[in-house]
Amino acid sequence: MFGKLSLDSIPYHEPIIMVTATVIGIVGALVVGLVTYYRKWGYLWREWITSIDHKKIGIMYFLVALVMLIRGFADAIMMRTQQAIAAGGAEGYLPPHHYDQIFTAHGVIMIFFVAMPMVIGLMNLVVPLQIGARDVAFPFMNNVSFWLFAAGVILVNVSLVIGEFAKTGWLAYAPLSELQYSPDVGVDYWIWSLQISGIGTTLTGINFFVTILKMRTKGMTLFRMPIFTWTALCTNVLIILSFPILTATIALLTLDRYLGMHFFTNDMGGSQMMYVNLIWAWGHPEVYILILPAFGVFSEVISTFTKKRLFGYKTMVWATVAITFLSFIVWLHHFFTMGAGANVNAFFGITTMIIAIPTGVKIFNWLFTMYRGRLEFTAPVLWTIGFIITFTLGGMTGVMLAVPGANFVLHNSLFVIAHFHNVIIGGVVFGMLAGFTYWFPKAFGFTLSEKWGKRSFWCWLVGFYMAFMPLYALSFFGAMRRMQSYEQTEWQPLMIVAWVGAVIIALGIACIVIQLVVSIRDREKNRDVTGDPWDARTLEWSTSSPPPNYNFAHLPEVHSIDSYWEMKQQPGGFKRELSTHFEDVHMPKNTNEGPILGLFSLIFGFALVWHIWWLVAVGAIGMFVTFMVRIHNDDVDYHIPAAEVEKTEREYHKRLEMQA
Amino acid sequence: MSDIHTSHDGASHGSYKSYFIGLVLSIVLTLIAFGVVMAGGFSVPVMMVTVVVTAIAQVLVQLVLFMHLNTKAEGGWNFIAIVFTVGILGLIIGGSLWIMHNIHVNMMLN
Repeated sequence: MFGKLSLDSIPYHEPIIMVTATVIGIVGALVVGLVTYYRKWGYLWREWITSIDHKKIGIMYFLVALVMLIRGFADAIMMRTQQAIAAGGAEGYLPPHHYDQIFTAHGVIMIFFVAMPMVIGLMNLVVPLQIGARDVAFPFMNNVSFWLFAAGVILVNVSLVIGEFAKTGWLAYAPLSELQYSPDVGVDYWIWSLQISGIGTTLTGINFFVTILKMRTKGMTLFRMPIFTWTALCTNVLIILSFPILTATIALLTLDRYLGMHFFTNDMGGSQMMYVNLIWAWGHPEVYILILPAFGVFSEVISTFTKKRLFGYKTMVWATVAITFLSFIVWLHHFFTMGAGANVNAFFGITTMIIAIPTGVKIFNWLFTMYRGRLEFTAPVLWTIGFIITFTLGGMTGVMLAVPGANFVLHNSLFVIAHFHNVIIGGVVFGMLAGFTYWFPKAFGFTLSEKWGKRSFWCWLVGFYMAFMPLYALSFFGAMRRMQSYEQTEWQPLMIVAWVGAVIIALGIACIVIQLVVSIRDREKNRDVTGDPWDARTLEWSTSSPPPNYNFAHLPEVHSIDSYWEMKQQPGGFKRELSTHFEDVHMPKNTNEGPILGLFSLIFGFALVWHIWWLVAVGAIGMFVTFMVRIHNDDVDYHIPAAEVEKTEREYHKRLEMQA
Repeated sequence: MSDIHTSHDGASHGSYKSYFIGLVLSIVLTLIAFGVVMAGGFSVPVMMVTVVVTAIAQVLVQLVLFMHLNTKAEGGWNFIAIVFTVGILGLIIGGSLWIMHNIHVNMMLN
C-alpha cells in the first residue's frame, strides 16, 4: 500500500533531526495559525499563490530563497562545528551517514534552492520593468515554474523528516548513486526534487528568453537594453541549452535505479565516467547561470551610484556573450584527473584560462566607471566593492585550478571548496544581496535600513575571509573535502578559525533578518513616493513603487541606453505628469491551475521516491488533467478599464504632490 | 518551402501539405532506422552510420516542417538561435566523444 514507506522511515533516534523537525513544526503551526486567525487564506490565495504578476512571483522566489538560505546555512555551521572538533581520532558529534547527508543537502540547497531562486526572483521582478513590458511572455507558465520549484523545495525538506537525503555529494556521482551502493531513498529524493524544480527552471529560461526578445518597448533595441537584462538574456540562453542535459542525465540515472538499466553502473557496459562528463556539461554552464545576473546587478549598482553611464557598455555586453559561449567548452576542468590524458587536459585548461579575459574586461569596466565618478558608499556599493576584490581573488585561484598539473595536487582538496565559495559567496551571494537592497524599494515602496545592510555586509565579508582563507592553507597540508573526521591535530586551530568565520557569517544573516524587521517597522519613515529613490537610470525606476499590476499606464519610448536618465536630463527634467488620455490595459488573469499542478507534481515526486505506485498514478493523472483543464480554459485574460487605470494613476500623482 | 508563409506578426505557420510531407518523411526515416537493425545482416558500422544519419535527417525534417524553421521568420532570430544551438550541441557531443575516446584509450578498456 505505501511502498517502501513505513513508520520506521522517520528517524526517531536522531535527536538533531527530531529537534529541528519540532522547531519547524512549531514555526509552521504558528504561521498557519496566524494566517487563519487573521483570515488571510483568501488573500494569500488570490493575491499571491495564484498570481501571475511577475513582481509577486519574483518576491515569492526571493522569500523562499532567504528561508532556504537559513536551512542551507544550518547545514554549513553543523559541518564547520563537526570539523572543528573531530580531530586526532575524535569522532565529533555527527556520525558519517548523517554528516554525508548534510554536505549533500548543503550543496543542493545552496545552489538549487537559494542561488537559483534568488537569480530567478530578481529576473522576475526586474526584467519586465527594465524593458518596459507589462508582464512576461507566458504569465501562466511563470506561475507553474514557481510552483514546480516550490514542489522541489518541499521535497528536499520532507527528506529531512521522512526517510533520508542522499549521501553522495551534491552531484550524486555514479556509481555511488546507483542502487548497488545507495539502496536507500536518499538519492531518489535528490532525483525527484531536482527533476521537478529543474523543469520549472527550464520553463523560466524559455519564458524570459522570449520575453526579452519579443516584448521590449518601442525603441529599445538590443544595444539599448540595460546590462542586467543583457545578463538575464545570456543566463536564459544558458538555462535553455544546459538544463536539458541535467534532466536527461538524471533521467538515465533514474532508469538505472528504477528499471534496472545500466547506463552508469559498474557492470553490464555502464560508464560512470560518462555520468561525470554529462553532469558537468550541465554543471559548468550552471555556475555562469548564477554569476552572470550578479554581474548585471553590479553593473546597475555601480552606474547608478556613481551617476555615470557604465564605462564600456558594448564591451560589457560582448564580454557577457563571450562568457556565455565559452562556458560550454570548459567542463572537463572539473575532472582533469579522470584520465582523459594530456592533450584533452591541455585544451580544457587553456579554454578555462581564456574565460578570465572577458571577466577581466568586466572588472576593468566597473573600475573605470567608478573612476572620477561621485561614488556614494551605500550598502549595494559596499557589496559591489567587496565583490570586486573577493571575486578577483577567487578568479585567480580558479585559474590556478585550471592548470592541469596543479589540479592533480589540488583535486578534491579543501582548495576546491575555498575556491568555489570564494566565487559563489563573493560573486553570487554578494550580487544577489546587492540586488535585494537595490530593488527592494521598487518591490515594496520603501527603502531598507542602510545601517543594518552595512552591518550585514561587514559580517559577511569578514566572516567569509575567516571561514575560507584557512581552507586554502589547510589544503596545502593535505586536507581533503568532505572529511567527517581527521587524524592531524595540527589542522584543528585553522578549522576553529574557519568555524569562527562561519559564526560571523551567521551574524551577517541575522543582520539581514533584523534589517527586514527594522525596515518594515519604519516603513512610513523610509517611504519612497517617487518610485526613484536612488536617482537611477533605467526604466524600472520611471514608474511608481510598488508598480501597479500593469507596470506602465503608457508604454515608454526609448531613445538611448539609460533611457530614464536621458529623460531626466532633458531641459526642464522628467515630469511625472498625469496623462489626459488613458486606455484599457490588457492583462492575464490569475490561475488556480499553477499551484494545483505544483501540488500534483509534489505528490508524484514523493510517491516515486517511496515506490507508492497508485499514488504515482494519482500525481501523474492529476497533473495531466489540470493541464487539460487549463488548455481548454479560454477565459484567461481581461481588460483593466481605462477609468481604473486613471484612478490608480491619479492616486499616485496625489501622493507625489503631497510630498512636494 | 513556398507552402510555409510568414504571417504579419513575423511568425511562420505551416500548411496541410507541409505537415503531410513531414509526417511521411518522419515515418519513412524511422522505418529505415528500425529496418536496418531489425533486418540483420548489416555490419555494425553500416548500421551505426545509417541510424545516425536518419536521426539527424529526422531532426531537420521536424524542425523545418513541424516547427517552421526558416531563415526569415522572427527577423532571422529563429535561425540564429538554431545555428547557435547546433554549434553548442556539436561542441558538447564532439567534446564528449573526444573525452570519452581518450579515456577509453588511456585506460586500455578494450
